Amino acid sequence: MEKWSLMTITVLLALTVRWTVSLGSYSGAGKPPMYGDYEAQRHWQEVTYNLPIRQWYFNTSDNNLLYWGLDYPPLTAYHSFLCAYIAKLINPDWIALHTSRGYESQPHKLFMRTTVFVADLLVYIPAVILYCFSLKETSTKKKASICALCILLYPGLILIDHGHFQYPLSLGFALWGILCLSYDWDLLGSVAFCLALNYKQMELYHSLPFFCYLLGKCFKKGLKGKGLVLLTKIAGTVVVSFAVCWLPFCTDMAQIMQVLRRLFPIDRGLFEACMFSSPPPRLANIWCSLSVLIKIKNIVSPQTQLKLSFAVTFLSLLPTCIKLTVQPSLRGFKFALVSCALSFFLFSFQVHEKSILLVSVPVCLIINEIPFMATWFLLVSTFSMLPLLLKDGLLLPYAVTTLAFLSVCAASFAIFEKTSAEDLQLKPFSLSLKGYVSWFKSFPKIVRSLFLLSVTLMGVLSLASAAVPPPQRLPDLFPLSVSVISCLHFLLFLVYFNVVILWDSKNSRSQKKIS
Amino acid sequence: SARRVMAAGGRSWFRALALGVSFLKCLLIPAYYSTDFEVHRNWLAITHNLPLSQWYYEATSEWTLDYPPFFAWFEYALSHVAKYFDPKMLVIENLNYTSRATIFFQRFSVIFTDILFIYAVRECCRCVNGKRAAKDILEKPTFILAVLLLWNFGLLIVDHIHFQYNGFLFGLMLLSVARLCQKRYLEGALLFAVLLHFKHIYMYVAPAYGIYLLRSYCFTANNADGSLKWRSFSLLHVTLLGLIVCLVSALSLGPFIVLGQLPQVLSRLFPFKRGLCHAYWAPNFWALYNAMDKALTIFGLKCNFLDPTKIPKASMTGGLVQEFQHTVLPSVTPLATLICTFISILPSVFCLWFKPQGPRGFLQCLVLCALSSFMFGWHVHEKAILLAILPLSLLSVQRAKDAGIYLILTTTGHFSLFPLLFTSPELPIKILLMLLFTVYSFSSLKSLFRRERPLLNWLETIYLIQLVPLEIFCEIIFPLTPWKRHFPFVPLLLTSVYCALGVTYVWLKLYISVLTERISVRQKAE
Repeated sequence: MEKWSLMTITVLLALTVRWTVSLGSYSGAGKPPMYGDYEAQRHWQEVTYNLPIRQWYFNTSDNNLLYWGLDYPPLTAYHSFLCAYIAKLINPDWIALHTSRGYESQPHKLFMRTTVFVADLLVYIPAVILYCFSLKETSTKKKASICALCILLYPGLILIDHGHFQYPLSLGFALWGILCLSYDWDLLGSVAFCLALNYKQMELYHSLPFFCYLLGKCFKKGLKGKGLVLLTKIAGTVVVSFAVCWLPFCTDMAQIMQVLRRLFPIDRGLFEACMFSSPPPRLANIWCSLSVLIKIKNIVSPQTQLKLSFAVTFLSLLPTCIKLTVQPSLRGFKFALVSCALSFFLFSFQVHEKSILLVSVPVCLIINEIPFMATWFLLVSTFSMLPLLLKDGLLLPYAVTTLAFLSVCAASFAIFEKTSAEDLQLKPFSLSLKGYVSWFKSFPKIVRSLFLLSVTLMGVLSLASAAVPPPQRLPDLFPLSVSVISCLHFLLFLVYFNVVILWDSKNSRSQKKIS
Repeated sequence: SARRVMAAGGRSWFRALALGVSFLKCLLIPAYYSTDFEVHRNWLAITHNLPLSQWYYEATSEWTLDYPPFFAWFEYALSHVAKYFDPKMLVIENLNYTSRATIFFQRFSVIFTDILFIYAVRECCRCVNGKRAAKDILEKPTFILAVLLLWNFGLLIVDHIHFQYNGFLFGLMLLSVARLCQKRYLEGALLFAVLLHFKHIYMYVAPAYGIYLLRSYCFTANNADGSLKWRSFSLLHVTLLGLIVCLVSALSLGPFIVLGQLPQVLSRLFPFKRGLCHAYWAPNFWALYNAMDKALTIFGLKCNFLDPTKIPKASMTGGLVQEFQHTVLPSVTPLATLICTFISILPSVFCLWFKPQGPRGFLQCLVLCALSSFMFGWHVHEKAILLAILPLSLLSVQRAKDAGIYLILTTTGHFSLFPLLFTSPELPIKILLMLLFTVYSFSSLKSLFRRERPLLNWLETIYLIQLVPLEIFCEIIFPLTPWKRHFPFVPLLLTSVYCALGVTYVWLKLYISVLTERISVRQKAE
C-alpha cells in the first residue's frame, strides 16, 4: 500500500476513536453549582463575546472572577471569542450573558465537542503527521504510519481533550515549534512556541529546552558572527509575536499587570491543586506524595514553600539545560523537553494532574527511539489521571483506549524484545559502570519483569478504584495509592531520562554507525 | 521452524486485528441505538418469563417474536445472564426500559457473541490461498481478507450502533462456507441448517447450498470433461445430509409441531402483511420501479395525461409511508416478487450445477442468490445487502475482476446504510468509519492487483465519486433549504435510487461475468 493511504487510514482511525470517546461524559456534567472545565470553556465564550476586552480579566459586576474567571493567556481568550461567534450563529442562548450559566444540552455538547475535534484536526494531528514523516529512521513507508498511530492513539491526551474537555491547541503549537526546529526553521519554530505559550502559561515547562537549544545553536555558530545575528533575529521574533498577541492589552500597564496576576496567582500556595481536590491529594507530584508522610503545610510558611520548590526544580533542571546548551542536538532537545517538563511536574508550584500531558507529548515524540520506556511512561501517565477520569465518568473509554494503546505499541514495536541496555539507550551508561556491577546480563529480564509488575499493579488498582468501595476508615485509599505509585514511577523515569541525556555523547552515535 | 515463525506472526497480526475491532466496538457502547434494542429486550423478557407454548403468542409489545426458535432459545440463554445485570429488563410490561446495566449487557452480548464471527473469519482466511507469497504482511491476501471481514463497515454500524446480532449469525454462515471449502461437507450442512433456524432470511442463499452439496457431496465423481457422472450417486451421503437437516429442524420446530403451533410460528416468521418496500426503500429493483412510477406520475400530471383527483394521496407524500400505491405502473404482489426472485436465481443455480468450479463457483452462486433476492424480494431491508457483501469479500482477494465488482458493491451498499443512523452525534462516526473502510479496501485491493489492469473503469469511478456530493447534499445542504418541510423524503429517495443503480449494475456485471466465464472455460475444455 502507498505511504499516503496508510497515513490516511491511521488518521481516520485516530479521528474515529476521538469522536467515539467524545460521545461519553465530560468534566462536571450535571454537577451544579461549579460544574467543570466544560462549563469553564463555555463561560469564557460567554464572557469574551459579551464584554469588552478591557473587562475580560477584571472582576466586574458582569464578570465574577470567582466563577471560572479567565486565567489563561490572551490566545485562549481569542479562541473562546471565535468559538462564541460561531455559537451565536447557531443558538444565542448558549452564550447569553448571565442567563447561560451552567447551560447543558445535547446540541450544545455536540457543538463543544466539534470545536475540540476541529482544533485537534487542524493543529495537533497535522503536526504529528509531518513529524512522523520527518523522522530519518522512518524512511520506510510503513514506519511513519506506525509511529503516527502510536502517537495519535495515546490515551491520556484523547481522554482529557475529548472526554474531560480541553483544547489540544497549546500542545499542538508546541509540537509545531519542535517540528520547525527539526527542519532548522528556527524563527518559525519560535513563533509557534510563542503561540503555545500565549495559549497556556503551562507551556513554560517546555520553555527552557527551547531557550537552551536555540542559545546553544547560536553559540555553536560563533557568538560574534552568524550566531549573534541569529540570536538577535530569534529575540526579535519572540518580542514581536508576544507584542502581537498582547496588543489589545498594551493600552494600559494596569491591564497587563492584571492579566499576569490572573496567570500566576503565586499567593495561593504550594498545595493549590491538592487543596482544590481536598482532602485527598490526588496529584502524583512530589509535594503531594510527601504530604502523606509529613504535613509540609503545617511546618513551612507559603513563602518558604515557594522558595523550596523553586530551588528543587532549578537544581533538577540544571544538568539537562547545561548539557543541551553546550551540545545542542535535536535528539538531546527532545529528551530535554521530557526531562524538564517532568522536573517541573514533580517539583514545581501549583501543578494540575493534567499537566502530565506536557511530559507525555514529548515522550510520544521519542517513542520510535525508546519504544519500551516510552510506552511504559505513557501508560503510567494515563494511569496517574485515573481519579480525575473516574470523577468524569470516563472509566470505559479509559480502560478501552489504554488497552488498545498497549496492544498497538506491543504489536508495532515489539517492545518486549527491546529491553536490552542498548535498546533503552543506556549503553554508554552501562559501559561506564562496567566492573562495578555484574548483573547486566540479566538486565533485559529484570526490566521486563518490572514492567509486567508495574502494569499488573496499575491494572489491579484501576479495577479496585472502579469496582471496590474503599474501606470506611480510609476513604481516599485508592486515589492516594494511585498518586503515590505514579509519583514513584515518575521519579524513576526522571532519573532514567537524566541518565540518558547526560551519558549521551556524539561518540556513541558515531560508534553505532560504524558498528 | 521458519514456517512456525511465520505461523506465529500470522496469529499475532490476526489477534491484533480482532482485538482492535473489539476495542472499537466497546467504544461504540454509548452510541445511539434503534428500536431493535427494545425488540431484543422484549424477546429476552418473553423467553425468560413465559413457557415455550406462549413464545409465539405473546403480544404485549408491538415487537413480537418473529425469528425462528433457535434464536428464541438464544435469547432464553442470554436472559439467564441478564438477570444478574438488571432483572427489571426481563419484565415483559417494562416497555422501552433502559438502564446503564441494560445497555451494557445488551451491547456486550453482541460484542461477546462476535467471537464466533472472529473464529469463522480465521477459518475463512485459511481457505484463501494467496497466488504469491507477499513479503509485506499488508499485501497478503489473507491479511486483506481478515480486515475486510472483521472491520466491515456495514456489520459494525448495524450490530454495534443500530443494534442487532448479525455478527454471530454471519459467523455461522462464514464458518459453514469455510467448512464446505475444506470439504467438510457434513459440518457445513449442519452449520447452515442451524443458521436457518436462527434467522430465516438466510433461506435466500439456501439454493446455492442445496445444489452445491448435491453436486459435490451426493455425487462423488465427475466425468473427464467436468460434467456429472450420474453413476457416482451416493445414497449414504444423501441419507446423512437428510438426517442432519431433519434432526436440526426437529430440534427447532419439533416442540411447536407437538404443541400444534406450527401455523402460528410460520405466520410470525413470514408476515406478508407488510408492504413491498420498507419505510426507507432498500436500493433494489423495486426502488427503481417506485421511482419510475413517481416520475411518470409527475410527468403525467404536467402533461395532463392523468386526472389529479384520481391519484391516491399517499403516493405523493410517500416514501415515508409503508404502503406504497402505484399510480401509473401496475401494483406488485408478494407472489410476483417471489416469481421474479425465483427466475433471477435460476441461472446462477444452473451454472453451479452444470459447470461446477469447486468452492469458487459455490461462492459466486451464493453471492448471486443473495443479490438476486435482494433485488427482487418482498419487503427487503437495506441491511440484507451484507448477505452479498460478506461472501463476496472472499472472492475479491482472489481475482482482480471480482475485486472491482466488490469495490462497487461495498461502496454503494454501505452508503445505502447511511440512513440507518440519522442522529447528529453519529454522523461523524458513520462518515469516518465509511471512509476508513473505503480507503482501506480501495488501496489494499489496488496494491494486491497492481500488476493487472485497473479495477474500475472511468464510468464506475465517476459513479462512486458522485456519492460524495450526494452525501453532502443530503446531510448538509438539504436540511438548510425550504424543501425540507414539504418534501422530507427527498434525501432518502435520492440515496436509495442512486444506490439502486449501482447495485443493479453490480448484479448484472457479476451475472455476466459468471455466465461468460463458463463459456470460455468450456471452449478451453473442448
